[in-house]
Amino acid sequence: MGKSREALLGPIFNQNPIALQILGICSALAVTSKLETAVTMCFAVIFVTAFSGASVSLIRNHIPSSIRIIVQMTIIASLVIVVDQFLKAYAFDMSKQLSVFVGLIITNCIVMGRAEAFAMKEGVGLSFLDGVGNGLGYSIILLFVGVIRELFGSGQLFGQEILAMASEGGWYVPNGLLLLPPSAFFIIGGFIWILRSFKTDQVEEEG
Amino acid sequence: MAFSVCVVFSVLVCTAAVTLRPIQEINKLLDKKKNILLAAGLMEEGKSIDELFAAVEAKVVDLASGEYVAEVDPETYEQREAVKDPSLSVEIAGTALAGIKRRAKYAPVYLVKKGGALDRVILPVHGKGLWSTLYGFIALDTKDLSTIKGLVFYEHAETPGLGGEVDNPSWKALWRNKIAFGASGDVRIEVIRGSVVPGRPGSQHQVDGLSGATITSRGVSGLLKYWLGPAGFGPYLDKMRT
Repeated sequence: MGKSREALLGPIFNQNPIALQILGICSALAVTSKLETAVTMCFAVIFVTAFSGASVSLIRNHIPSSIRIIVQMTIIASLVIVVDQFLKAYAFDMSKQLSVFVGLIITNCIVMGRAEAFAMKEGVGLSFLDGVGNGLGYSIILLFVGVIRELFGSGQLFGQEILAMASEGGWYVPNGLLLLPPSAFFIIGGFIWILRSFKTDQVEEEG
Repeated sequence: MAFSVCVVFSVLVCTAAVTLRPIQEINKLLDKKKNILLAAGLMEEGKSIDELFAAVEAKVVDLASGEYVAEVDPETYEQREAVKDPSLSVEIAGTALAGIKRRAKYAPVYLVKKGGALDRVILPVHGKGLWSTLYGFIALDTKDLSTIKGLVFYEHAETPGLGGEVDNPSWKALWRNKIAFGASGDVRIEVIRGSVVPGRPGSQHQVDGLSGATITSRGVSGLLKYWLGPAGFGPYLDKMRT
């Protein structure tokens, strides 16, 4: 029980893929200017990490070591295509906004990293949970960044107005930087700072 | 082992692609209609696209003569399919402004009436950008058939953040009320490098370039020059003016 709990919840704060391992930054910058896209991306990544982990783990004892990366990529790429097709069918506007970033889940280091580092060694159920956990770890950062960027960048959350914009007669002058991808760097940096002031064991030694 | 992985996952991908295709096609069609409405400035929140699209009348035009073609149904006519059919398309001679080698003989046009009088005409345009062919619509005011009311692209694969900024609402807003034709009837509208200086002669024909996307910007200029020019909708627009 302890092990599966650790696999599922560990990656959220203790082993966060973005904050501790600094993986998957690219899409975290790209899709977080609005919460709606960020949430869709979170679900897509959770689905892919979970099922790629489970599938790789299922066949881990039969994969010849020399072609294991290719096999993992095949699995991951197939799952991503399935996700992409689903979005095109049921959330067309969303898939247009996410454009290439759904396809780029294939190259998201988190997915590949978990397949290689965890699913190749552990059982199916545990790998599935680890995938969900890492997806959640990724999601929590995306949501954190997304809330800040959408709220202070355009005065909205999920497209609903929260702060009345000065351009429409309100009082809030939005911060334009937050709508641009680089702002996510600062926010992720801030998140890591806060996280590491609570969990001091994550601080790297200077030297 | 590797073989069975391939089989299993190719089946998975195929099933997803094939079973979801019909729904995706419907979405694409809706998206196209939505963009026609966006170009015309008819898009309203809270109303269904089909409902709003009822105000739009589709017709098919013979580009060479500028006449309407009654025997082709605009509902089913596919300009993009017609380009591939030698009997329905012609080769484009000389330097192709839009970067395309063939064009269909017929093109759909969309007419919007307001209070009984013709208000907007929406023309489909397409041409090469950097990586891809951009497909879009341009809406002209029927008062002078020269004032642009909107330009949208509904399909392209330009670099997100650079050429992909053709989708940026603030850039699209720059097109509003620009003048497409010069005094002598030549196509003057263009995307320039840098930003337009208001008040300078010719600024009514110019739109800010997209930074970091010179080739996409040039592509947009070229495709508009082609489609609004004599080889494109020129004859049709001339007919409408008289």
